[in-house]
Amino acid sequence: MLEEEKAIAEISAKFLPRVKVENERWKIDADGMYYKDLNRLLRAISSNGAEKIEIHNVYGQRYIGTDLDVEVQIDIYGTPGNDLGAFMNGPRIMVHGNAQDGCGNTMNEGQIVVHGSAGDITGHSMRGGKIFVRDDVGYRVGIHMKEYQGKKPQLVIGGTAQDFLGEYMAGGVIIVLGLNLSEGECCTAKFVSTGMHGGVIYERGNILEVEKGTKVMKVGKRDTRVIENLVKEFCEHFGADYEKVMSAQFCKIVPVSKRPYGKLYSY
Amino acid sequence: MKTYLLPEYLVERDQNRCIRCKVCVNQCTYDTHYYDAEDDVICSRDENCVNCQRCVTFCPTHAITIRKNPNANTENYNWTLEAIRDVKKQAETGGVILTGMGCDKPYFTYWDRLLLNASQVTNPSIDPLREPMEIRTYLGAKPDKLEMELENGNVALKTELTPQLCLDTPIMFSAMSYGAISLNVHEALARAATECGTYFNTGEGGLDQKLYKYCSHAIVQVASGRFGVHPKYLDVGAAVEIKIGQGAKPGIGGHLPGEKVTADVARTRMIPTGTDALSPAPQHDIYSIEDLRQLIYALKEATDYIKPISVKIAAVHNSAAIASGMVRAGADIIALDGVRGATGAAPKVIRDNVGIPIELAIAQVDQRLREEGIRNQASIVAAGGIRSSADVVKAIALGTDAVYIATAALVAIGCTVCQKCYTGKCPWGIATCDPWISKRVNPDIASERLANLLRGWSLEIKDMMGGMGINAIESLRGNRLALRGVGLTETELKILGVKMAGD
Repeated sequence: MLEEEKAIAEISAKFLPRVKVENERWKIDADGMYYKDLNRLLRAISSNGAEKIEIHNVYGQRYIGTDLDVEVQIDIYGTPGNDLGAFMNGPRIMVHGNAQDGCGNTMNEGQIVVHGSAGDITGHSMRGGKIFVRDDVGYRVGIHMKEYQGKKPQLVIGGTAQDFLGEYMAGGVIIVLGLNLSEGECCTAKFVSTGMHGGVIYERGNILEVEKGTKVMKVGKRDTRVIENLVKEFCEHFGADYEKVMSAQFCKIVPVSKRPYGKLYSY
Repeated sequence: MKTYLLPEYLVERDQNRCIRCKVCVNQCTYDTHYYDAEDDVICSRDENCVNCQRCVTFCPTHAITIRKNPNANTENYNWTLEAIRDVKKQAETGGVILTGMGCDKPYFTYWDRLLLNASQVTNPSIDPLREPMEIRTYLGAKPDKLEMELENGNVALKTELTPQLCLDTPIMFSAMSYGAISLNVHEALARAATECGTYFNTGEGGLDQKLYKYCSHAIVQVASGRFGVHPKYLDVGAAVEIKIGQGAKPGIGGHLPGEKVTADVARTRMIPTGTDALSPAPQHDIYSIEDLRQLIYALKEATDYIKPISVKIAAVHNSAAIASGMVRAGADIIALDGVRGATGAAPKVIRDNVGIPIELAIAQVDQRLREEGIRNQASIVAAGGIRSSADVVKAIALGTDAVYIATAALVAIGCTVCQKCYTGKCPWGIATCDPWISKRVNPDIASERLANLLRGWSLEIKDMMGGMGINAIESLRGNRLALRGVGLTETELKILGVKMAGD
């Protein structure tokens, strides 16, 4: 038996009472389970052909789905800890609760849907895949997101964001819907888009105050198509009213230059 | 604006020797030489010359001499020529002055003020050519104790060992990213590391697909820009290194200008061609030791706990306390990069004024970790300013496990330390991504030169160890009695933990 198979057998035996399979849904009771064990279990189950996994009683376990590269659907009930889906490459994670910091950190492919709020640096250096957050996100969200060939990371925020949204952004799409803002109210985030040199941020209404080096423009046809598709998905996930969300005017924030610091050096 | 800057160097050409072969014209990437067909003569634009010695080396008749320009301002100890030039440069451009390589200031080199011991009469020296001499080094956390058990009459190890890197010689190639250096140089480093049983470090620019076959000897780096970091990259490396800082530019980020981001570099870094590759100053998921622990364990999770995780910091004022935190955060290897550490591009003011000498950092970090009883939980790797095998031996005696070399490696394949790496036009084909210029480094020859260097240094290390009567490198590590200081103050001796020569 390979070392890996042995480990799977061992971990599965250890946690057998914690795993139930009902209608092809693998259910894990994560109450009090150490994150290392939970992740090994998750890897073991998903590489054994599970397609749908539910994790219940999640109380802050970190790194759930980290480096996982199978196309599996994971439903998380509770509050997953930091670095949810870090370096992730394919799974679809649904969080029925809030996510903490570093959600989707350096994620390559896959999807994270948060039925609640997400913490700081959500989508940090994300290269591909999608993140949908129903409510608000924390500081420095979408920092250094970048796109590459066919990969284009997409992040949709239903509520508002904190300071440094899209800092150093080098590619991809961020949409801020501000659905929990009242009429005429703006997002209080400062230093939005500072150092941005690629990608695009869409805002519903004119709710973000941007840094110099970027410009706010009207959306064009191609932009509208991108927004429509992502908003549609957002509404499907969270049951929001598509027509109502789309009724407002969207703006786009883009960098003035791909080389923001081109003239900084004399020699 | 008319420049007040005089050429730094003058090109002198012996017209009697010059055969108008135009090698110098073709070799110079700064357009210093040109051929005047009308007069059948080769002339030079002195102001372009950086004194890289490429033309001098390749001129078949040795007709060229590069001389420091004797037309200089009245120099004094305070207003040096360099200080005056820098002020003029900035007055003319209003920008930050960039430079390459490591700090070139005359102070801070403690290696030259440390001397090694040798055996005389009371303990025999060992002849390494004829007696076994062990310089193999393992990097990674070591257990506090080893527990054994008897199994059918055989002794079996009960303690679970943590992942280790096995080095046949305690010298590795330091992080240099593809983008800062050419792919040919990356390949040469990878091949030499593989051949010599040691490791090369990818730097923060990812690992090109072409070099995946050398991945068992690659330390893959994860820096603040996360360039080229994807699941496969983490999977293939022998170890993963989190780069917090770099000796040449502690506390600041990196910036690969868009013009160096060619299609190939873009593919490896996984970014679009022609955009600036910005590495933020901090890793924005690390604002504390606790956060560092979080990234270390994210990487351990991602690599299934089978690879050592290294954390590299620039040697700064409170390195010892930081190192203690790093070990407690779960780092298996601590890489320290001293003030002499080099770079492809950094603001000159940072390179020359920030950080501390690596010698002092090694001594302090080793001392602190020993005092706290956690020295076994991580290996120390020292970088920044290692120029010879003697420096390696002194570094190990001060307390490091292994060293990283980068400048020495580049010098081995042609670099003349002209400090113009940031221009991307390295005439030696090293610090460039220009496909035409980078052909000047032939990976076959360059890897052979690197392997030769490691072989030569390894023999010398064994010689020095043998002279001290030491036949295993473990006995040298942290053995500060093997060192004595000369020309050092009492405080310096105390910080280095060595006695004055003669004491």
